Amino acid sequence: MTTQTTSAPPAAPVPGKARRAEAPYTARGTRPGFLWALPATLFFALFAIVPLIMVAVLSFMSWNGLGSPRFVGTDNWQRILDDPVMIKSIWLTLLLTALGVALQTPLSIVLGVWAAGHQRNRAVLSAIYFVPLLLSSTAVSVLWRALLDPNFGIPARMTWLFGDGNLFGEQASAIGVLAFVSTWQFTPFHTLIYQGAARAVPQVLYQAAAIDGAGRYRQFFHITLPQLRTSVITSMILMIVGGLTTFETVLILTQGGPGTDTTISAYYMYQKAFKGFDFGAGSAIALCLVLAATVVSLIVVRVSGYDRMRSSTEGVS
Amino acid sequence: MRQRPNYPAGAGSLLWLVLVGLPLYVMLAATLRTRQDYAKNGPLSFPRDLTLDNYTGAFDSGFGRYFLNTIVVTVCVVGVVLLLVPPLAYAIVRSRGRVTSQIFRLFLLGLAIPAQAVIVPMFYLISEAGLYDNLLGVILPTAAFCLPMSALILSGAMRDISPELFEAMTMDGASPRRMFFQLVVPLSRGGLSTIVVFSALQAWNGFLFPLVLTQSDSTKVITLGLYNFQTEHGIDIPGLLGAVTLSMMPVLLVYLFARRALVQGLMGMGGK
Repeated sequence: MTTQTTSAPPAAPVPGKARRAEAPYTARGTRPGFLWALPATLFFALFAIVPLIMVAVLSFMSWNGLGSPRFVGTDNWQRILDDPVMIKSIWLTLLLTALGVALQTPLSIVLGVWAAGHQRNRAVLSAIYFVPLLLSSTAVSVLWRALLDPNFGIPARMTWLFGDGNLFGEQASAIGVLAFVSTWQFTPFHTLIYQGAARAVPQVLYQAAAIDGAGRYRQFFHITLPQLRTSVITSMILMIVGGLTTFETVLILTQGGPGTDTTISAYYMYQKAFKGFDFGAGSAIALCLVLAATVVSLIVVRVSGYDRMRSSTEGVS
Repeated sequence: MRQRPNYPAGAGSLLWLVLVGLPLYVMLAATLRTRQDYAKNGPLSFPRDLTLDNYTGAFDSGFGRYFLNTIVVTVCVVGVVLLLVPPLAYAIVRSRGRVTSQIFRLFLLGLAIPAQAVIVPMFYLISEAGLYDNLLGVILPTAAFCLPMSALILSGAMRDISPELFEAMTMDGASPRRMFFQLVVPLSRGGLSTIVVFSALQAWNGFLFPLVLTQSDSTKVITLGLYNFQTEHGIDIPGLLGAVTLSMMPVLLVYLFARRALVQGLMGMGGK
């Protein structure tokens, strides 16, 4: 049934009478009907909306991956709410998300404003900056796992700085590694957002400020930063959604350890469902993630003006 | 007016250059040296006895196959996105019906759905459909999760087409279908290349769907191959880094030649 959906041609406008009803000839032009949007919508509904509804249903069922799911009421919910590891995982998720925002925001604002300027070597440097952005989370995590290896990695060579060189052996340093690696991977992306926004700041503002005798720092804090306000919000919200759904980094770098000290919710969900074959509890955790991400994204839509139909090329260099 | 160089930001950017450049140097250097050399002289030293064994080793453990699978997945995902998103974005931008605006709202909400959130039911659906451990079972959900952002990017690009052009074509009696092929598609080429970049990167770098929806070696994609390599050869660091380098090579090559297009594509991912 699924192949049919993909191979269906783009909805052609219905010929004859139907077309006239749907696409009235008006002074403002002939317009396409909603049928044009239908194939994509059905496809998206089947592979994203239906599973989204199912995750809610499955969270009230017991299923071990084989056979049929069985209704068990609020049993799964009770279990995960009483589960100390689950509660801990929520705190860890929030902590890692907050750390990510705190590290990446100032760094990407500074880099973005710098990259929007006219320095001589900017093009060459920024070509290297954006490399982490192209790499998969898997590649990034495997790379850093190798670089930070307790026996052969960089920390093992710099014991004066890193102690025994095993950064994965303690909760604080393991969390530090996870925050550092996501900063390494995603700062270039947020830099791009700020670069575009900083380019769009009207130069007149700086000229006026210069005439009034404002120095570079005053210009930055009184013109640049206030002008970047919407971008700061957009970028932070993207960081929060990204932080809530971090998965590969934890799976590859720490496996949730030491113990359960870096077991964040998305990883715990994977463990429950696909390692413990407790798909009901996994669904309940997943539903919590959905709710959190939905709240954040509703804010993104409101604040960023996506729903007000802005041009996406604004600010692109 | 702003002639003086910006020293603090310059210093910050140099620091960042070291943070990005150093790991990449260590990685590339490690892939060219032997395990003994790496263990003895440490990651930061310069390679001595140069070797390509780390690359051939990766191919020996199946990376050729994984490459092929990833290419199939990427091409198909881009194909599905290119087939479905342009008509969708056209309707979003030009149609005035209530249904279309509801559809647009659905895709905006769709931006919020993380893949992790639906992975359990996806596993159920794909198994029930008999697509478990089949590349098609990876392609379909991956493509579906590219749709909201692609629709947003492309409808943004289509909105920049001037309304006068549509009016002029209406005067000529053009049908919506003709406007789509003769006006909208040619004029939104920038947006189209952005969604190709975006969905190709998503597909190439995808991990969770292949992890949960495939099992055997013959359906393994490259990110999964890398993950397995890491769990099996964790202590052979030069070999591991050889595999990492191989996995990112195609993207890096494209980046070298089409930096501007790629960066603009990535910019499109962030919204404005």
